[in-house]
Amino acid sequence: MVRDTSVTLGGIRLKNPVIPASGTFGFGFEAAGWLDLDRLGAIALKGTTLEPRFGNPTPRIAECAGGLLNAVGLQNPGIDALVNEVAPQVRRICSTPLIANISGFSVDEFGVCCEKADNCDSIDLVEINISCPNVHQGGMAFGTDPASAAAVTRRARKATRKPLFIKLSPNVTDIVPIARACEDEGADGLTLINTLLGMRIDIRRRKPVLANRTGGFSGPALFPVALRFVSQVAAACRIPLIGCGGVTSAEDVIEMMMAGATAVQVGSANLHDPLACPAIIDSLPSVMEELNIDKLEDIIGII
Amino acid sequence: MNKYNPTILSNRTVAPKVYRMELATGEAPPLRAGSFVEVEVPGKFLRRPLSVSLSESGRLTLLYKVVGEGTAWLAQAQPGTSLSLLTGLGNGFDTEACRERALLVGGGIGAAPLHQLCRDLRAAGRQVTVLLGFNTASERILCEELETLGATVYVATLDGSAGIRGLVTDALRQVQPAFDYYYVCGPMPMMRALFPLLQADGEFSLEARMGCGTGLCFGCTVQTTEGPRRICHEGPVFTKKVLPW
Ligand SMILES: Cc1cc2nc3c(=O)[nH]c(=O)nc-3n(C[C@H](O)[C@H](O)[C@H](O)COP(=O)(O)OP(=O)(O)OC[C@H]3O[C@@H](n4cnc5c(N)ncnc54)[C@H](O)[C@@H]3O)c2cc1C
Ligand SMILES: Cc1cc2nc3c(=O)[nH]c(=O)nc-3n(C[C@H](O)[C@H](O)[C@H](O)COP(=O)(O)O)c2cc1C
Ligand code: FES
Repeated sequence: MVRDTSVTLGGIRLKNPVIPASGTFGFGFEAAGWLDLDRLGAIALKGTTLEPRFGNPTPRIAECAGGLLNAVGLQNPGIDALVNEVAPQVRRICSTPLIANISGFSVDEFGVCCEKADNCDSIDLVEINISCPNVHQGGMAFGTDPASAAAVTRRARKATRKPLFIKLSPNVTDIVPIARACEDEGADGLTLINTLLGMRIDIRRRKPVLANRTGGFSGPALFPVALRFVSQVAAACRIPLIGCGGVTSAEDVIEMMMAGATAVQVGSANLHDPLACPAIIDSLPSVMEELNIDKLEDIIGII
Repeated sequence: MNKYNPTILSNRTVAPKVYRMELATGEAPPLRAGSFVEVEVPGKFLRRPLSVSLSESGRLTLLYKVVGEGTAWLAQAQPGTSLSLLTGLGNGFDTEACRERALLVGGGIGAAPLHQLCRDLRAAGRQVTVLLGFNTASERILCEELETLGATVYVATLDGSAGIRGLVTDALRQVQPAFDYYYVCGPMPMMRALFPLLQADGEFSLEARMGCGTGLCFGCTVQTTEGPRRICHEGPVFTKKVLPW
């Protein structure tokens, strides 16, 4: 029998729940050289800010058990380049839903970026990153406090009618009031989670490995942490969730969905294996068969 | 980008801590000089970037130095082992930019990609002069291979145990080679020291800690006169013109 892998996210029908995560899939067209973008559930584009940014100095990458740290620092060409050039260019080569991932350093910057994304036909869904841990002045603060998370969501909601997802930070003591604040302000969904703040030291040189000292931890080791956040927020909110953190297999996708995710983002796995997403999508039907799942949507939040 | 699992044919030490690994690549297409591969190391999340030292039909040669756990694992890998590789990464050297006489400069393990570059330039009928810098005589690599290809090779060693005593910059001043284009690969301080000394046009192969090697993560960015560029994707080879050194 044909296994139904499709899911509905913010009113958009996805062929399958597998979405490459922002910052781990370039601007989409890089991977067109080795995989069919139309096979992906959707694509989350690299995080974008109002102004173009060079990002942090290098080294920006450090290895650790079960993953890596990154301190890319939101390198991007700015929202105008995204909506006028990049997104239309990706749209020309695929019909997969595109997610703009937006960061900002003030409530207003989030708002202006969302207005610009709203006017861009190539973008299907807006994801607000209030959790990027790399940038000294911003990001972090919004995601760690319910009132600031609410303020950003309110402003973004005013700015766009497109489905609006807020991507939350795991670097908090209690995520539930933050998730609820976003839901109350009209978010259509939440993405859980961004990277955990970490650090490595080169003990021979007696210096941090990353030029930025600290960076965001991601990769397979993050999976149980992300799963716990998804399960916890699923119990507290009604809006759909995108589970993100350490996903590397079709089994992980199903586990995330059982915990309450409607779709799943795959991040670091793309860095280790640029064919990770198509491999996961390929094995979904057989894993569904093994687990007696006819329709993937049926398992969302069954735990 | 191409992903496949070639088998190790041989893996031998050629200098202290330096190994030459030959892989059977079957039908896989040949790789460009100056491009690189990403090798999976068991138990490590990030693959290790290594330059193509020589790509022939059915065979790929890597030349690598043991500096940490990943390369130490590679060094003990036995013939017959299959490795997971991403290949065809990066832009590679522009062999057509040289009209007649090429100067190749390599420092230490940075000499690795010059093997294939020299072969391609010689095949295109170019004169090739190579300056190689090492700490000491026992660390010399590729000298014979490059001479066999018909290149004129000069060596500089820091301790004077072979060739010219000093750095490749000292060798450059002494030898005063004639060239219309140059290619450099080695440690950053060496490349920065050469930059103002080399008058013609040329190119430099850069290095960075990489998250992906495939242009996805923006972990390896360098500032150029044309804006930020990914070393793994738009590089690793950058022309003198675009480097704001
Ligand atoms: C484009 C490119 C081509 C290269 N070609 C060669 C080559 O032909 N021969 C060779 O011997 N070496 C080459 N290197 C350097 C080589 O990648 C590192 O020596 C190797 O990754 C070290 O791994 P490790 O696990 O032994 O060291 P560790 O220090 O344990 O590695 C820890 C992490 O740091 C990274 N890292 C450490 N040193 C470097 C470095 N110098 N450059 C980039 N990443 C580093 C590793 O990849 C790993 O992610 C190249 C690097 C790049 C970027
Ligand atoms: C190199 C790198 C860059 C990232 N850039 C962004 C970004 O621009 N915006 C964002 O919301 N998340 C960014 N992230 C976080 C990922 O989207 C994801 O939330 C996180 O890595 C956890 O998932 P994973 O374990 O599957 O990688 C980045 C992650 C990595 C590794
Ligand atoms: S290492 Fe990921 S973009 Fe270059």
